[in-house]
Amino acid sequence: MSAKFDLNDDGVVVVIGSGAGGGTLSNELAQKGINVVCLEAGGRHLPQDYQNDEWGSFGQISWLDARTTSGDWRVAKDFSGLPAWIVKAVGGSTVHWAGASLRFQEHEFKTQTVYGNVHGANLLDWPIGLSELEPYYAKAEAKMGVTRTNGIPGLPGNNNYKVFEAGAKKLGYKKVHTGNMAINSQPRDGRPGCQQVGFCFQGCKFGAKWSSAYTEIPKGEATGHLEVRPNAHVLKIEHDKSGKVTGVLYADSDGNKHLQKARIVAVAGNSIESPRLLLNSASSMFPDGLANSSGQVGRNYMRHMTASVYGVFDKPVRMWRGTTMAGIVQDESRHDPSRGFVGGFEFETLSLGLPFMAAFLNPGGWGREFTTALDSYENMAGMWLVGEDMPQETNRITLNHDVKDQYGLPAPNVHFDDHPNDIAMRNYAWKKGAEIYDAVGATRTFPTPPYPSTHNLGTNRMSAKARDGVVNKWGQTHDIPNLFVSDGSQFTTGASENPTLTIVSLAIRQADYIAREMAARTI
Amino acid sequence: METITSSKGISRRELLKRCMVVGAGLAVGTGFVAGSTATWAMETKYVAPKEMAALIQMARDIYPHNHVADQYYAAAVKGFDSEESKARIADGVAALDAAAQGRGYADYLSVPWELERVEILRGMEQSSFFQTMRGNLVTGLYNNKEVWPLFGYEGESYSKGGYINRGFDDITWV
Repeated sequence: MSAKFDLNDDGVVVVIGSGAGGGTLSNELAQKGINVVCLEAGGRHLPQDYQNDEWGSFGQISWLDARTTSGDWRVAKDFSGLPAWIVKAVGGSTVHWAGASLRFQEHEFKTQTVYGNVHGANLLDWPIGLSELEPYYAKAEAKMGVTRTNGIPGLPGNNNYKVFEAGAKKLGYKKVHTGNMAINSQPRDGRPGCQQVGFCFQGCKFGAKWSSAYTEIPKGEATGHLEVRPNAHVLKIEHDKSGKVTGVLYADSDGNKHLQKARIVAVAGNSIESPRLLLNSASSMFPDGLANSSGQVGRNYMRHMTASVYGVFDKPVRMWRGTTMAGIVQDESRHDPSRGFVGGFEFETLSLGLPFMAAFLNPGGWGREFTTALDSYENMAGMWLVGEDMPQETNRITLNHDVKDQYGLPAPNVHFDDHPNDIAMRNYAWKKGAEIYDAVGATRTFPTPPYPSTHNLGTNRMSAKARDGVVNKWGQTHDIPNLFVSDGSQFTTGASENPTLTIVSLAIRQADYIAREMAARTI
Repeated sequence: METITSSKGISRRELLKRCMVVGAGLAVGTGFVAGSTATWAMETKYVAPKEMAALIQMARDIYPHNHVADQYYAAAVKGFDSEESKARIADGVAALDAAAQGRGYADYLSVPWELERVEILRGMEQSSFFQTMRGNLVTGLYNNKEVWPLFGYEGESYSKGGYINRGFDDITWV
């Protein structure tokens, strides 16, 4: 049964957030017998609540608190109050993620060394390499049931994949398959196989896709060592005179405030809220925010080089049927500066329903140039382009003191300017994506601009030296030994792969470290 | 959407007697706007029927789909028929009509070619009236479940067991 801990219990680990990082960390600690209070800002929505309805689901589970944007990225113009499309619910963004579970490549942990000096980029090598993470990648893949690992077969390709695969192979691409997906291709772990519903982004109603909402969280609760408090929005992390954190102040669903004491606090609120919380926790002892002696909290915000290509054909595709991210081409994920940029990118199929296609195909577009595209909706195939973007110190989360959230706290501002490397990669990827569809007879292709960010990374970066980042190789803040960061904001650089598998792997590894250090009484 | 009132209550002949045709496919009467063949009618409470007819035409000119009937555009702008919107709509339609008059037409609804109406809209593209209209139409038109089948989109699939046995991989042309 789920545990229940007292607000004054200062022996618990408080985990803020219940997604890929926080949900995994909470369960892993609970499995080791460590008492955890997991505070989740959103409500508890489970598969029976999820909606096969894009806007309905968007209103149900998205993080819609006040946010502002600045910078030259197109999202700031098209979706000025919605820099990121992420989830506010138990399970966090694992409710709406597509399921792609890829390991980073060796060189992607060493970008400063391998890419060299890229003007304007704040590249840094991770303090860990692939070999250090490999055992944890293996644990994460087993936990999540990733296809093409652990003897789990790949998913069958849907119509959208068939078009994508045929075009990619005609172009000569070799690494073309239905992906490494944390979506059951057959029943596993008490969850059914994929029924090809086609609403992966709205929460999997069959539960075939791994989400911490209905895997990690209930498993952790079953140990009796985990209490999850939904609708518990953390406002501030408190500390004592020695500089150690002592607990967190949160608001419940009625707006009443509570102080939960803690032995350790782990922040996993995604890369906008996590640095915002550290900044909003400033005190006379830490006037620039917690764990910010380097000045790097909130900086180096990355969102992946993203874009899409949609192709129109003279025959139906019906791309919305089945797995949203139904396949991948990995040939371009290598580092090959001869293409005019450092780092690489993946092609991954993607589909949007008619309502979201109208909103995202060309935001702000209208007239026949736009509507003739939608007239061909049934004959459309789609792909997403996701690649490594350059960390830049000036791309950052700051507190906007002119805009307050529902608790009166400064809203986060998300500033992002594309780096020239991001632009060069996007232009190349758009061209290659269009070629894939042209190779199988597309009559028209659309280079579609980035959507609000789903991959938010890097704002509490991991670094070997305290002056270069916010956390060490365990996700422990350099400044405060009992304060951890457990989400994608730890990423030193972004790599070309979807981040969730790495977030989960780091959380499993961090749980081992925390348990070890607690046992040794060093924290 | 329940915004469209069916004209079945009264005869088409009766409805047509009560209204006048104001533009391609649109007619207005006291307190309502209708299709000129009276296959649908929509009551208005706050916005003048002729202004609503102009909004419906504007909606089609922003997102023209030849296979989508006027009633769906009417449903998409029905939400502007409110106390809080009526002044803004009156001002916006007045601006549309003024632009049309500058081109020698009686009003926006009298401009015969879509191309020319679109030129008028391009001239006011940055206005809050245009942007509000366009922004609302993105959901007002394309998030109407009755519109989806016109584009082939099938909507929810969970209740039917997904597409695992219903054609997720049924294309044969590649």
